[in-house]
Amino acid sequence: MKPEKPDWPLYEVFIRPRGGLDHKHAGSLHATDAQMALEHARDLYTRRLEGVSIWVVRAMDIVASDPSDADALFEPARDKVYRHPTFYKIPDEVETL
Amino acid sequence: MSKQRYVLRLADTSLILAQRLGEWIGHAPALEEDLGLANTALDLLGQARLLLTYAGELEGLGRDADALAFLRSEAEFCNLQLAEQPNGDFGNTLVRQFLIDAFQLELYEGLLQSGDARLAEIAAQVLRETRYHFRYSSGWVIRLGDGTDESHARVQAALDRLWPFTREFFDADEIDTQMCTAGVAPDLSTVQRGWSARVGAALSEATLERPQDTPFAWYGKRGQHSEHLGHLLAELQYMQRAYPGASW
Repeated sequence: MKPEKPDWPLYEVFIRPRGGLDHKHAGSLHATDAQMALEHARDLYTRRLEGVSIWVVRAMDIVASDPSDADALFEPARDKVYRHPTFYKIPDEVETL
Repeated sequence: MSKQRYVLRLADTSLILAQRLGEWIGHAPALEEDLGLANTALDLLGQARLLLTYAGELEGLGRDADALAFLRSEAEFCNLQLAEQPNGDFGNTLVRQFLIDAFQLELYEGLLQSGDARLAEIAAQVLRETRYHFRYSSGWVIRLGDGTDESHARVQAALDRLWPFTREFFDADEIDTQMCTAGVAPDLSTVQRGWSARVGAALSEATLERPQDTPFAWYGKRGQHSEHLGHLLAELQYMQRAYPGASW
């Protein structure tokens, strides 16, 4: 008999790989509550020392932009190259920028 | 020699429990739990390997962890009998895990102070893993106990069924006493107090009734086992028995 699919909410998982770095989306999982989601995230996404910190958030609490709005949202930035700071002369003394 | 025996008991309980948990792989109620149980099983297997290696060295007959795991017979295993009890349903497995995790937490906490440096070192590693195991298993016992009528009834039944086996944890025999006197092992009555408080707190949060203590009749650590261990070993040892020395 095929087991019923557990009716657990979906959580998105974010992992911080090292101190000082940002949390990055790692994947998603099912859990009954936030505590279990954290434990599952630990078991699923940090098995190979991927991180030092975990965030979980219910997928339904994430407000996402609509892909069909992409034209309106992102296209207008395309021809505004002056927003990139690429027109400055960098002194040779500055090594890491 | 009794230290070798003592270390072997610790090792066997972890090894047999790891094998039991491994039976869930591919069968757990959710993919996430499948991995959770498998991670715990692997932790326990790693602990068993450290302890078996040490037991082999203490024995001095050249037997390594593999030889001790795969080439001993049932009566030579000295795991706690609770560890070999069948998985049953998910709740039953988690109750068994919860009772043993709580015991290992208290026991290895005591072993941190062991006069045997090697055991103290192993205890430090075991504890890191066991703290998480207990968090996982007690979390589930609380969820299921304080869950639906059905989940409550099932874990209460599991608790009633498995509780009598916990008496063996604290029933000190001559090896336990010797090791305690020698400063190698903690006093089991101290371990029992810690265990009892820890387990009691989780059970009341889980709205589960703590079963009555019953007279003790199980001596897994002395090599006396239930009928389940033989079957478990048949699966665990099949490959080495059928193809001696095979490796890959």
